[in-house]
Amino acid sequence: MAPTPGRPSEARVARGERARLLVRTPSVLIGAAVVGFWIVCALFGEWIAPHDPVFDNTFPFSEPPTRDHPFGTDTNGRDVFSRVIVGSRDVLLVAPAATLLGTVLGTALGLVTGYFRGAVDDILSRIVDAVLALPLIVIAVLIVTAVDSRSTWVVTVIIGVVFTPLIARTVRAAVLTEAQLDYIEAARLRGEGSMYVMLKEVLPNVMPPIIVEFTVRLGYAIFAVATLTFLGFGIQPPSPDWAAQINEYWNLIDPYWWMVAFPALAIASLVVCVNLVADGIREVYE
Amino acid sequence: MTRYVLKRIGLAVITLAVLSLIVFAIAQLLPGDVGRAILGPFATEESVAALNRELGADRPIVVQYLDWAGGILTGDLGMSLGRQAPVWEVLEPALVNSMKLAVLAFLITVPAGILGGVVAGLRAGRPTDRTITVAGLSLSSMPDFVTGIFLILVFSIWLGWLPVTAQWEDGAGPATQVKHLLLPALTLTIVLFGYIARVARAGIVEALNADYTRTAYLKGLGSNQVVRRHVLRNALLPTIAVVATQVGYLVGGLVAIEVLFNYQGIGLLIYNASQQKDFPLLTAGVLVVGIVYLTVTLVADILYGALNPRIRFVRAE
Repeated sequence: MAPTPGRPSEARVARGERARLLVRTPSVLIGAAVVGFWIVCALFGEWIAPHDPVFDNTFPFSEPPTRDHPFGTDTNGRDVFSRVIVGSRDVLLVAPAATLLGTVLGTALGLVTGYFRGAVDDILSRIVDAVLALPLIVIAVLIVTAVDSRSTWVVTVIIGVVFTPLIARTVRAAVLTEAQLDYIEAARLRGEGSMYVMLKEVLPNVMPPIIVEFTVRLGYAIFAVATLTFLGFGIQPPSPDWAAQINEYWNLIDPYWWMVAFPALAIASLVVCVNLVADGIREVYE
Repeated sequence: MTRYVLKRIGLAVITLAVLSLIVFAIAQLLPGDVGRAILGPFATEESVAALNRELGADRPIVVQYLDWAGGILTGDLGMSLGRQAPVWEVLEPALVNSMKLAVLAFLITVPAGILGGVVAGLRAGRPTDRTITVAGLSLSSMPDFVTGIFLILVFSIWLGWLPVTAQWEDGAGPATQVKHLLLPALTLTIVLFGYIARVARAGIVEALNADYTRTAYLKGLGSNQVVRRHVLRNALLPTIAVVATQVGYLVGGLVAIEVLFNYQGIGLLIYNASQQKDFPLLTAGVLVVGIVYLTVTLVADILYGALNPRIRFVRAE
C-alpha cells in the first residue's frame, strides 16, 4: 500500500496494533514489571539497597533472615538483601550484549547463506550443524579453557559467538522464503548489487523473525551467563552477581540456605519474566 | 527408504568430521602455544618446549589433526594429562554414569511431558491448557542449577527425603542408586517438561483439526476412540524429534547439574578437565558428547522417516 499523505503506512498501523495487544496480555505485563524492577535495581542499586553490598561487612556472620536483614547475612558479614538488589547489574549488562552480538553476527551469516545459497550455504550450514551438536555449556567451557581467560567480556563474546549459528539458521530460513519473492527479482534486474539487495530489500522484511529470535535468545543468554558464572567462568566474587553468590555458597547450602536461596529466586524471577515477555512478543508477531 | 537412511548417515558423518575439525581447531589453535597453556605463564621455555615435543604439538597442524582424528577412529583417544591414564579409561565410566542419569530422567520426563501436552492439547484454549503451557515454559526457562537448588532446598534440606549429592557408595544396589539419582532426574524433568509438553500439545491440536479426525467422527466413532486411534499417533510423531534433541543435552549438557550434585558424569568430567587444563581429556569428552548427539538425532531421523513416509520424499535441507 503506497503511503498516502495524512494516513499512516500499513507497517505503522500494524506496529501500533501489536503494541496494543502486548499491553493487554497479563503475562506480558507481569513479566515486564518484574524485569523493569530488576533493571531499576541494576541502575540505581546503590541507592535502593540499605547497605553496601561489597564492602559493608560489619554485620554478624552467617545469620539467618531477621528483621534487620530480611535475607540474612553471608559468611563475610555482608547483608544478603543488599547483594541481591545490586546483583542484577552484571547479568543485565552481559546477557543483552551477548545476545546483541549473536543477533548481529547471526543475521549477517543468515543473510549471506540464505541469499547466496550454493556452495557457501552448504559449507556454512554444515559448520552450523556441527556446532549445534554440542550443548552451549560444553562449547563455552571448551573455548574458555582454550582462551584461558575468565574475564567477563570474554564470556560475553563467547556466548554471542555460540548463539550466532542458532540465529543464523532462523534468519536463513526467513531469507530463503523472502528471496523468492518478485520484488527481489525486480531489484536484481534493475542492476542492484547483492549487498544493496540484501541490506535494503531483504533485511527490513525479515526483521520480525529477527526480533523474535532476539527476545527468545535473551532469556537463554541469561541462563548461559548464570550457568557459566556458577561454574566459575566470568563474573568473579566479590561481585554480588547472583550466580557468583551461588558459586560462593552453594557448598554451604546446608545449613546456610539463605545465601543461596534468595539469589536463586532472583535469577528465576528474571529469567521467567524475560521469557514471559518474549513469548508475548512472539505470539504477537505470529 | 534405504536412500533416505544412507543420505542421513552420510550427512551425520560429514557433520561429525566438521565437528572434529572445529573442536581440534579450538583446542589447538586458540591457546596459541599448547604447552604454555598447560604449564602456565611461570614455566620455563625448556619445559614448555619439552611438553610440546611430547604432545607432538610442534608438528604441522594438518599432521596433528590427522594423527588425532586417526587415533579416534581406531579407538585411541590419547592420554589424559591430569589422570595419567588413557583417556578412554577415564571417559568410559563417566559416560556410563551420564547414560544412567539420562535414562532415568528420560523415563520420568517423557511420559510426564507427553501426558501434560496431550491434556493441554485436548483442552486447548481453556484454563487447564494455559496453566500447563505457561507453567511448563516458565519452569523450562529457569537455569537447571537453579531448579536443582530449589529441589535440594525442598526435598533434601527441608523435608530430608532425598540425599543431597548423587554419589553412592561402591557396590550400592539399584534402589540406592535410583534414590541418589532422583533429585537430578527430577530437576531434568522440570527443565524439559515444558518443551516436550509444548510439542505434544501442538501435535494434538494439529491432529484434532485435521481432516482424518473429522472423518473419524463422521464415521460415528466416539471421542475416546478417535483420540486413541488417530489423534495420538500423529501427535506423537513430532515429539520424537524434540525428545531426540534433548538427549544431547541430557548426555553432556548437564555440566552445572553434575557439579551441583557432584555426580561423576561426563559433564563434571569436562568441567574438571577444563580446570586442570587437561586438553586431551577435554577435547575427547567434548567430541564424545557431539557423537552421542549426532547418533541420537540420526536414529530419531530414521525413526521419523520410517513412521512418517511423507518425510522421506522431501529434499533434505
